[in-house]
Amino acid sequence: MEKKTLFDKIWDAHVVKSVPSGPDVFFIDKHFIHEVTSPVAFLNLEKRGVGVLHPQRTVGTPDHNVPTVDQDKTIKDKLSRMQVEKLRDNCKKHGIELHDLGSAHHGIVHVIGPELGITQPGMTIVCGDSHTSTHGAFGAIAFGIGTSEVEMVLATQCIMQSKAKKMRITVDGDLGAGVTSKDIILYIIAEISAAGATGYFVEYAGSAIESLSMEARMTICNMSIEMGARGGLIAPDETTFDYLKGKQYAPKGEEWEKAVAYWKSLKTDDGAVFDKEYHFDAADIEPMITYGTNPGMGIKIKGNIPSTEGMEGSNKSSYLKSLDYMGFAPGEAIQGKKVDFVFVGSCTNGRIEDIRSVANYVKGKKKADNITAWIVPGSREVEKMAHEEGLVKILEEAGFELRQPGCSACLAMNDDKIPSGKYAVSTSNRNFEGRQGPGARTMLASPLTVAAVAVKGEICDPREIF
Amino acid sequence: MAYDKFNVLTSTVVPLPNENVDTDQIIPARFLKATEREGFGDNLFRDWRYDVEGNPKMDFVLNDSTYSGKILLAGRNFGSGSSREHAVWALYDYGFRCVVSSFFADIFKNNCLNIGVLPVTISAEFAEVLFSAVEADPNTKVEVDIDTQKITLLSTGQSESFDINAYKKENMKNGFDDIDYLLNLKEEIEEFEKERK
Repeated sequence: MEKKTLFDKIWDAHVVKSVPSGPDVFFIDKHFIHEVTSPVAFLNLEKRGVGVLHPQRTVGTPDHNVPTVDQDKTIKDKLSRMQVEKLRDNCKKHGIELHDLGSAHHGIVHVIGPELGITQPGMTIVCGDSHTSTHGAFGAIAFGIGTSEVEMVLATQCIMQSKAKKMRITVDGDLGAGVTSKDIILYIIAEISAAGATGYFVEYAGSAIESLSMEARMTICNMSIEMGARGGLIAPDETTFDYLKGKQYAPKGEEWEKAVAYWKSLKTDDGAVFDKEYHFDAADIEPMITYGTNPGMGIKIKGNIPSTEGMEGSNKSSYLKSLDYMGFAPGEAIQGKKVDFVFVGSCTNGRIEDIRSVANYVKGKKKADNITAWIVPGSREVEKMAHEEGLVKILEEAGFELRQPGCSACLAMNDDKIPSGKYAVSTSNRNFEGRQGPGARTMLASPLTVAAVAVKGEICDPREIF
Repeated sequence: MAYDKFNVLTSTVVPLPNENVDTDQIIPARFLKATEREGFGDNLFRDWRYDVEGNPKMDFVLNDSTYSGKILLAGRNFGSGSSREHAVWALYDYGFRCVVSSFFADIFKNNCLNIGVLPVTISAEFAEVLFSAVEADPNTKVEVDIDTQKITLLSTGQSESFDINAYKKENMKNGFDDIDYLLNLKEEIEEFEKERK
C-alpha cells in the first residue's frame, strides 16, 4: 500500500477533481473571514449575481483594524468603521455566523477558531490571512488565501490549488529552562531562512514538538508562513483530543468517539517520503530574538548580529539596508540594546498561556521606566480568563496596560502604533519595515523574553532571573 | 473579476533589486481599509516612495523618471509575508502587468495569477543579466510571450523559458478567472459532497 504523509491523507481526501496540467479543485471544510480581506469578495459576488453556497461553513469576526479601547462605542476611524459594518452587513445578509465586537467570543480569528472547537483534525481551513497556518496545530491543512480565493470559497466552497511539496522538520530532545515554542520556531526560521520553505507544506514532528501544549503548537504552526511555507501541521494526539473535548463546536457523545477514531488515523505512515527533511536538536535551541527586517534574521539573545563576511551584491546591500533601518551595525551584540515598547499579543502569542508566562515573570516586579508595555489578549475569552486568574492585577501592578482583543500593534492598522524610530520587542510574527507603524523598529521574541525585557528596559536573556 | 488578456508584453522595465520585499512594503497595512478595489496604486510602495509628510523620496525607483514600464524586475523572494491581494491590486492599478524575479513567495504568486499580473520566474543568472542591461540602458526593452513561455532581452536576443501551468496559461490568455471555472463545476462539487457523507 502507498505510504502517505499526514498532509497527503488530508489533501487527497479533499480533491474534487484534478485539472489536467493544472491545479486541483480543492474542497474547503471551514472558512474564516474578517473585515479587511472579505468586503471586495462579497462585492464581486454581488456583481456576478452569485450567493454564498454554504454559509454554515464560514465564520466571521472583526479583528485586524478594530480599536483596542472603548470597543463598546462607535469606531472613530471612518474607514475602519465602514469595513466592520460591511462585515456585519455581509454576514447578516448571507446568514454567516459572526462573533462581533463585544460579544463573548470576539477575538483574533486564529484564536477564536480553536477556542470554540471549530478547528478540528483532518479539516481543510482557509482564511484571507497568511497566519491561517495556526490551525495546522490540530492536524488540519490550513493556509492563507487572497481575496479572489475568498470569493471562490464563498461561491463554491472550493479553490484551485496545486499541491505543495512536502517537508518534515523534526525537533527531538528536551527544551532547556526559559526556552519556549516561540524560540523553537524563531530558531528554525533563522536556520532555514525566510524563504527556506517556500513551495512546501511543513509537518513538524519529534519529541520536542509532541511535548508541547496545543497553544505552544499553534505558535509554531502560526509562523510557518514566515519561512515561506504554505502552511504547517502537527499530527493530532491525546493533547489535541484533550484540548478539543467539550469545546462548543467539538463533536459530542457518539459523534465524538467516531471523530477520535478517525483523528487517530491522521499521521504520517512509516516509510512515507518527504521532498525535504530537517532535523534539529532541542538542546541547541536558546532564547531567540530578531535583529533585522524579516523573521529569518534571528539570533540567540546571547549572540551577535552577523557580520557581512561572505556577502556580496544585492544580498549584502539588502542586508545593510535592513540593519540601517534597525539602527544596528554588523557584528554588534544584541544584549543591552535599549528598548522603548513591549507588545504582548497577536495570533502568534496572544493566548492565555502567553499571558500567564508574562504575569508569572513580572509578578512582584515593575517594568522599567523607559518601557511602554501593552498587553492585548487574543480574544474576549482570553481576557476573561486573565481577569479570573488574577493575571490582570499582577500585570497592571507591574505597569502593563491591558487593552481589548484584536490584532492591534502586530500590524498597526488601528491606533496601536509604535512611533517612528522607536524599538519594540514584540511577541507577534513580523518584523518587517513599518509593520508596527511607519518607521517602527520591531524585534520578535517569546512572551517570556518580552517580560524580561520589560523589567530590565533593554534586551536581556530571560534565563538570567529564571 | 475578469481582467485584461495577456499575450505578448513588450515594455521597458522598472528595476527593484531589493531582496525579501514583503507585501507590507508593497502596500502597508494602514492602506488596506477600502471596501472596493480601486485606487491602491497611489499607495504602492508607500513608505519607500514618500516620506512622512507625503513628499516623494527621489532616490526611490518609482520616483525616478529614468525608469518606467509595465514590467517590474524584482529581487529574490518577492512578495513574502501577508496574503493581502491588495499588494497585487496596487501593482496592477499602478500599471504593472508582469513581475519578473528569480524567486517568488507562494501566496503572492497565486494572487498575481488570479488577477492577471503574470509572475515570471527566471534564473538568478538571467536576473543579473536583466538588471545589468536595464542599469546600462533604462530604455532597454524586454518581451514576455506567454504562448511560447519565453522572456527575451530584445537588445541582445538573450532569452529564457519560464513555467506556467497549462490551465493558468489559458486563463491569462483569455482573461478568465477561476470562479468562472468553479461555478461551472457545481454538479461535480455537489457529487463530491454527497460521497463524502
